[in-house]
Amino acid sequence: MTGSAILKTNGFNLYYGSFKALEDINIDIPENQVTAIIGPSGCGKSTFLRTFNRMNDLIPNVKVEGKIKMADQDIFDMDVVELRRRIGMVFQRPNPFPKSIFDNVTYGPRANGLRDRAKLEEIAERSLRGAAIWDEVKDDLNKSGLALSGGQQQRLCIARALAVEPEVILMDEPASALDPIATLRIEELIRSLKEQYTIVIVTHNMQQAARVSDYTAFFYTDESRTGILVEFALTKEIFTNPKDKRTEDYITGRFG
Amino acid sequence: MNTVKEFALQQTKAQQKSNLAQRHLIENIAFGVLWAAGAVAVLVLIAVVAYVLSEGAQVIDWEFLTTRPKGGLSGEGGMSTTIVATFYLVVLTIIIAAPLGIGAGIYLVEYAGEMQGSSGLQATVVSIIRFGVETLAGVPSIIFGLFGYALFVTTMGFGFSMISAALAGACLVLPVIIRTTEEALLTVPRSYREGSLALGTTQWQTIWKVVLPAALPGVITGIILSVGRIISETAVFYVTLGGSYHMPPSPIFHPKEFLSSGGRTMALHLYYLANDTAAFDKAMGTGAVLVISIVLINLAINYFTNRIDKKLRGL
Amino acid sequence: MEIKYIIDRFIKYVLLIMALLSVFILFLIAVFTFREGLPAFQEIGWREFTLGTVWRPGQEQYGILAMIAGSVLVTLGAIVIGVPFALGCAIFLAEIAPDNVRKIVRPAIELLAGIPSVVYGLVGMVVLVPVIRKIPAPGNSGFGLLSASIVLAVMILPTITNIAEDAIRAVPRSYREGSLSLGSTHWQTIVNVIIPAARSGIIAGIILGVGRALGETMAMIMVIGNSVVVPSPLNDNPLTIFLRQARTLTGNIAVEIGYATGVHESALFATGVVLFGLIIVINSIARVLMHQRS
Repeated sequence: MTGSAILKTNGFNLYYGSFKALEDINIDIPENQVTAIIGPSGCGKSTFLRTFNRMNDLIPNVKVEGKIKMADQDIFDMDVVELRRRIGMVFQRPNPFPKSIFDNVTYGPRANGLRDRAKLEEIAERSLRGAAIWDEVKDDLNKSGLALSGGQQQRLCIARALAVEPEVILMDEPASALDPIATLRIEELIRSLKEQYTIVIVTHNMQQAARVSDYTAFFYTDESRTGILVEFALTKEIFTNPKDKRTEDYITGRFG
Repeated sequence: MNTVKEFALQQTKAQQKSNLAQRHLIENIAFGVLWAAGAVAVLVLIAVVAYVLSEGAQVIDWEFLTTRPKGGLSGEGGMSTTIVATFYLVVLTIIIAAPLGIGAGIYLVEYAGEMQGSSGLQATVVSIIRFGVETLAGVPSIIFGLFGYALFVTTMGFGFSMISAALAGACLVLPVIIRTTEEALLTVPRSYREGSLALGTTQWQTIWKVVLPAALPGVITGIILSVGRIISETAVFYVTLGGSYHMPPSPIFHPKEFLSSGGRTMALHLYYLANDTAAFDKAMGTGAVLVISIVLINLAINYFTNRIDKKLRGL
Repeated sequence: MEIKYIIDRFIKYVLLIMALLSVFILFLIAVFTFREGLPAFQEIGWREFTLGTVWRPGQEQYGILAMIAGSVLVTLGAIVIGVPFALGCAIFLAEIAPDNVRKIVRPAIELLAGIPSVVYGLVGMVVLVPVIRKIPAPGNSGFGLLSASIVLAVMILPTITNIAEDAIRAVPRSYREGSLSLGSTHWQTIVNVIIPAARSGIIAGIILGVGRALGETMAMIMVIGNSVVVPSPLNDNPLTIFLRQARTLTGNIAVEIGYATGVHESALFATGVVLFGLIIVINSIARVLMHQRS
């Protein structure tokens, strides 16, 4: 494995009440790479993704065991607000706030206490450029974010996440609500972002995983409904030479 | 170069730390205030209820509940006739309002529901009905009183009487019953109706045999809610029922006399005691009985809504 | 086979008539209140009636400005006292109360809504009025706008809290998650995203609270003092206006309808017309705001 790991997961279990949703997950997310998480629906891949920025804290009765470390600090001991600033997230459906484009992009920095207008404008431009949407919106930053098309909205949400300068960006099926052309633009964007950020993306689309990711983790579940990590390797290896029979079956479309 | 960058990074980190502490502090203060708001709401309730009950307990005994008020400047006597009058008025009002309200609710959900989005006369009629129900729900009770006074008491010549008060009261609770009936019907799964209709029953048969029984707890909740409204209501009855504290005639043996007799509900009695005679102790006693009735009614409502919840969750 | 479909049709029309009844009642209320109030308007004149400051039925003087002022001031007082509390409770219930705490606070607020207004009036008379009486100001009897505003604030709290809580709960979860995922605190999320998104519903709740306050009758009669003079401050401090006794539009009707005849009775119906009009306008605004949300 090249480079170092930014998120180290060790013996991780997650429960909804008494139901075990994830069991014994061990995975090291490599820095400045794109890691895709794939697997059949209900295998807990989104749940696992939402563990990294502790979005699952919002769901009552969720209990976790094991360790996830970010730069040698256990994320469950970290201040959750600080953790979420360092680990951004892009959701399945674009969710811009019902505010102007400018207010959407600068929402994070302002929440973090930045008031300087000039700096905010600079951040807005940098983030919107980073998310490859600057040219489309630079003339009407005061327009509502909701007035954009679906693909533009999602890139705005990516820009919004970039604006707080996170180290990791989590993406939960970011293109599943978009048309093919918008999807391609998002995929291009993901590839360009990995120079500066670590990206973890959940996708149900195997071609997408193959196109954008460097590493792939395959999650699986049987009748017990408890999700496990079956295989984690370079994307190339997973798709050309899977070690596990279940991975091979999934890749070749025998189920899922 | 590298050290400069690191230094800058450390500085922004330190800055963010202090900012974070400040943000958490603000959050804690704000949440403290919000907790206090919730606590005060509960404390106000406890204070009002506890005060009325403890003051009321000093006058409430078997005699207070079973002797009739005797008037006078210190509100001599008990409250027996007001309990009876309240009971009669509640029953009479519900008898008038419940069938109408439930019928209207059924129409709005089961018949008008299908016309959603369609245009034409029927759709217009439905939107007018909805406007009527919503507006009626917001009309202040004294306006219902004025209306009842003008129409039933004077124009129709019923005088200050049970029937005038019950008709005015029925207008007041009608929107409550319509709304709760609608809500109850909307919780009945579509599959129930389809299952029944597929067997060749008419729409009304389906409603009567399948939909209504399933919605019954919700409909009952609406009726109990209305009972609470009538027990609490004062303004409407102040101007339609008069204030006589005599025992109303028996509705079974003397129905005519009963309907045309005036009366005094518990809430009215409290008002007369407090405002006209300054008999605050007896007023508190009456208030305590009122509060206990309302608490029981709320418990009953909670019981039925829990049953609906359980049903929806398939338990 | 045929007969059951005939019954079906028949029942449908019976139900339609029942549904139309509420519209009919509304129509009757409007017609009757207006018809009975019309002679007063004709005799006294719209302007003189609504802007006249003297209400002396014995001398055929019917101006309800004092009552309009009383209703407006007591409602204003109730809003100032009650709205922060009600919204605090709404945010508390919708956002931060743990389940077991909510299970206590929710029913408590429902019970607060169920307690009869005469009971509030009674507690106001016996407990609140003597306390307010202690405020040193010439002519302060304890009865008056302040006592009435406090009682009313408690009475409108459930209305506002319920509607505002619903509005806050209706804010899409994705907004909340979006804000939290950017590293803002829960409180920042509430202030910057959730409340702005729930704004129209919250305002609708406040407006309905205003409607409820304007319509309250018996509790007001019991604690407001029922003076028919336009309220003015007791001394140099303008806030002492709230220590002044006053009368509401609703109280005016209830107190005098029992013995009024002729123009006097008509003037009370005319008071009802003014109140009715006011409430219709207020509730329509609230309704527009609530539908805007969905």
